[in-house]
Amino acid sequence: MLKIYFELNGEPMYVEIKPGEMLLDLLRRLGMKSVKEGCRTGECGACTVLLDGKPVRSCLTFAAKIKGHRVTTLEGLGSPANPHPLQEAFLETGAVQCGFCTPGMILVAYDLLSRNPDPTPEEVREAITGNLCRCTGYVKIVEAVLLAAKRRREGVWR
Amino acid sequence: MKVVGKNVRKVDGIALVTGQPVFTLDVTPPGAVVGKILRSPHAHAEIVRIDTSKAEELPGVLCILHHGNVPRTPYTTAGQGWPEPSPYDSFLFDRKVRFVGDRVAAVAATSEEIADEALRLIEVEYRQLPAVLVPEEAIGPGAPVIHDEEESRGIHDPQHNVAAAIDIRVGDIERGFTESDVVVETTCEFPYVQHVPLESHCVVAYLDEEDRLVIRSATQVPFHVRRIVARALGVPLSRIRVIKPRIGGGFGTKQEIILEDVAAALALRTRRPVVMKYSRAEEFVAARTRHPMKIRIKLGAKRDGTIHAIEMDVLSNTGAYGTHSLTVLSNVGSKTLPLYNKAPHLWFHGKAVYTNLPVAGAYRGYGATQGYFALEVAVDELAEKLGMDPLKLRLANHIRAGETSPIFEKIGEGRAGKAQVVKSCALEECIREGAKRIGWKEKHGKKTSEGRWVHGVGMALSMQGSGITDIDMAAATIVMNEDGSFRLLVGATDLGTGSDTILAQIAAETLGVAVEAISVYSSDTDFTPFDTGAYASSTTYVSGGAVLRAAQEARRRILEVAAAILGEPPESLDLEEGHAVSRGTGKKVPLSEVGHRAMYVTDQRHIIATASFVAPESPPPFAAFFAEVAVDVETGVVRVVKFVAAADCGMPINPALAEGQLEGAIVQGIGHTLYEELLFSPRGRVRNPNLFDYRIPTAADVPDIEVVLIPSDEPTGPYGAKSIGEIGINGPAPAIANAIYDAIGVRLYRIPFTPERVLKALHGKSMG
Ligand code: FES
Ligand code: FES
Repeated sequence: MLKIYFELNGEPMYVEIKPGEMLLDLLRRLGMKSVKEGCRTGECGACTVLLDGKPVRSCLTFAAKIKGHRVTTLEGLGSPANPHPLQEAFLETGAVQCGFCTPGMILVAYDLLSRNPDPTPEEVREAITGNLCRCTGYVKIVEAVLLAAKRRREGVWR
Repeated sequence: MKVVGKNVRKVDGIALVTGQPVFTLDVTPPGAVVGKILRSPHAHAEIVRIDTSKAEELPGVLCILHHGNVPRTPYTTAGQGWPEPSPYDSFLFDRKVRFVGDRVAAVAATSEEIADEALRLIEVEYRQLPAVLVPEEAIGPGAPVIHDEEESRGIHDPQHNVAAAIDIRVGDIERGFTESDVVVETTCEFPYVQHVPLESHCVVAYLDEEDRLVIRSATQVPFHVRRIVARALGVPLSRIRVIKPRIGGGFGTKQEIILEDVAAALALRTRRPVVMKYSRAEEFVAARTRHPMKIRIKLGAKRDGTIHAIEMDVLSNTGAYGTHSLTVLSNVGSKTLPLYNKAPHLWFHGKAVYTNLPVAGAYRGYGATQGYFALEVAVDELAEKLGMDPLKLRLANHIRAGETSPIFEKIGEGRAGKAQVVKSCALEECIREGAKRIGWKEKHGKKTSEGRWVHGVGMALSMQGSGITDIDMAAATIVMNEDGSFRLLVGATDLGTGSDTILAQIAAETLGVAVEAISVYSSDTDFTPFDTGAYASSTTYVSGGAVLRAAQEARRRILEVAAAILGEPPESLDLEEGHAVSRGTGKKVPLSEVGHRAMYVTDQRHIIATASFVAPESPPPFAAFFAEVAVDVETGVVRVVKFVAAADCGMPINPALAEGQLEGAIVQGIGHTLYEELLFSPRGRVRNPNLFDYRIPTAADVPDIEVVLIPSDEPTGPYGAKSIGEIGINGPAPAIANAIYDAIGVRLYRIPFTPERVLKALHGKSMG
């Protein structure tokens, strides 16, 4: 057993990890159930989290690797009582059907908008292209990200 | 309308966008152990010996199940209503395996690693049997018999591997073709494709404090799970509770009982909570697929373009088990032939055949998708032979409101159907609107090139149903709280479609409150009333019908109490904005007062209403699809440039959700049209059981998609609504095939239209 320190959604964590444990399993074990498993082989993006602000696939990331780093899951973005504007935008545009891809999608979109506040629809599609959604056909997901971007530019974003 | 027809937010949306633990595996009971399945490496074999002793010695292994220690009861994994139209040809575990990936044994162990190790330690000796992977060979002479067991029931002709067969005639087909001026005949082929929900099959099974079996499952059909598990395990139905939490997509594959039975058996044996999930590879191999089909279709028409005779001959591959074999086969005809109801002569016949390949089952579209591919490609060919615009040919022949088709009566759900007259149909407007948006007049027949890319446009029509007539039943309960809010309990199964929201809208509209005043709970066999489940495009229409009736009854009871408070007759009162309001005097009382009085003050009663609704008919939604494609004539790559769907789903209860159903279905359809296909080794092993080699559309693949809802008012539907869940997937294959033809003058009859196939066809054309 190895004990590591890292920051999870702004909180310091000091946890034991199992040998060879993947970040996906660690985070779910710690109660971060927004981190979804769609394949475990890096092909679907459902397990995406932010590592020091950059999207990574937690199913391909060894838990040991996050030692000393910052991890953000969807739980760290907003809550039912206080949702993030991106979460609001997904709700408003109907970008959520089953919601299984949603955590990964929102985190990838969050990263996109922090780099590119005014993306074109093509840039949004490009950014989320590693995240599979089988329900929506992506149409309303792209709309959601564009709506959130607009609000961010208008300063509605905290 | 205050609530119906509005894009209200999904009632479960806030939990989903904030990642709350709402899916099956997000909550596991303490002390849960892991269940895993050992699968067959052979396509067809007998299990001569199975030795689990080494595996059982492994510390942490709690239980191993195989054919030697479980009841042998034949059942079907198809979650359908009773009487079940699918053959009872499956067993919990069997002495024989029938495809690569078939169940051999299951293990429960304290960790995943131990379970995996235990699977490796189980010794199985197989006697391999000849396997048959091709449907034509399976029904040919000398083919190995896949279901030779005595116990199976309901197989059409087990000796010849025919799971199901159908033969329906209307009029005189020979005469029909003789009387036709123009006849076309073509054969289209649909391969093995899969649903690929992002959440694979998963389940948690445990015994509660009263020793009842609780199954928390990602299922579309909780009530059928309860019934089928009861049968398979010999447990009384009353001892089983099935809970359906949020589901990560289903599209039909979760209408199958393929994990609950094993998890339940392991939980009963170990008395520990058991967690099971399919890996993505297992999902590809051992979940379900669409039925691959070969459809030969022959159309005859009069010189003026009136379609006069249609023959459809179907060879459906049901794989190793016959789940949904008869009903999917039936739907190939029953959902397509009524569209062109002017033809007096019809012959629809076919077989669903066993092979030693993965098991086909229910998949969005359910046979109609395969049928429309063939029908709409053939109609395009017919138009060409007649020298007619395919749009005009379709306009001249499609069914209208007030009309019927003999097929409605002839083909039902695995039995005869019921006559019905189409009461709402906006298909003509759909065609005109879609044509305008794609630029049909300007583009069709006038292919344009940009370098190597040649553009063309194509179209297709479709109809579907809304539930299964006289079979699908839903019930709903509305409970009023003393503060004037409500609980809506439904057995209907929201699998991501938004049906909880739609049902809440129907209730809210009827009760004169905002959607926020209604808490929806779906579904739990202990606490919610019965519903056949989420399939056959039934939820809005059938479950919605139940909610409407329950809400009307609750409304009546509320008005009774309000009348006593206001001193006015109930007939003079309305429910509006959370109040009972007198139309005459304008006096009003808030529902909170009504609820409070009913519960605590005078003549106490709990205002609760339950109602059931059986589909009296199955009003079809309609759609017109238009594709613009660009074909690279050097590489054979097909790119969909634009896709337009104009659909009539009655009065949409929630337009954004209805659009979402169409958009999602269209993109799934583009996936199977252009790249999706399960590939097999010569010995029947799936060669591409991962998302890298079995490619589903990504955001970058998606064309410009435009969906338009053209309303019609369905008199039998709740607030005029019909269904929308499936129809969208029927359009892409034929519309894109026809667009490719428009671009490069080559017809493709087998999807997916890979660059190799396109090039080969192009080459064949230039050679010819
Ligand atoms: S679960 Fe990690 S990419 Fe699919
Ligand atoms: S909403 Fe279901 S996978 Fe995206």
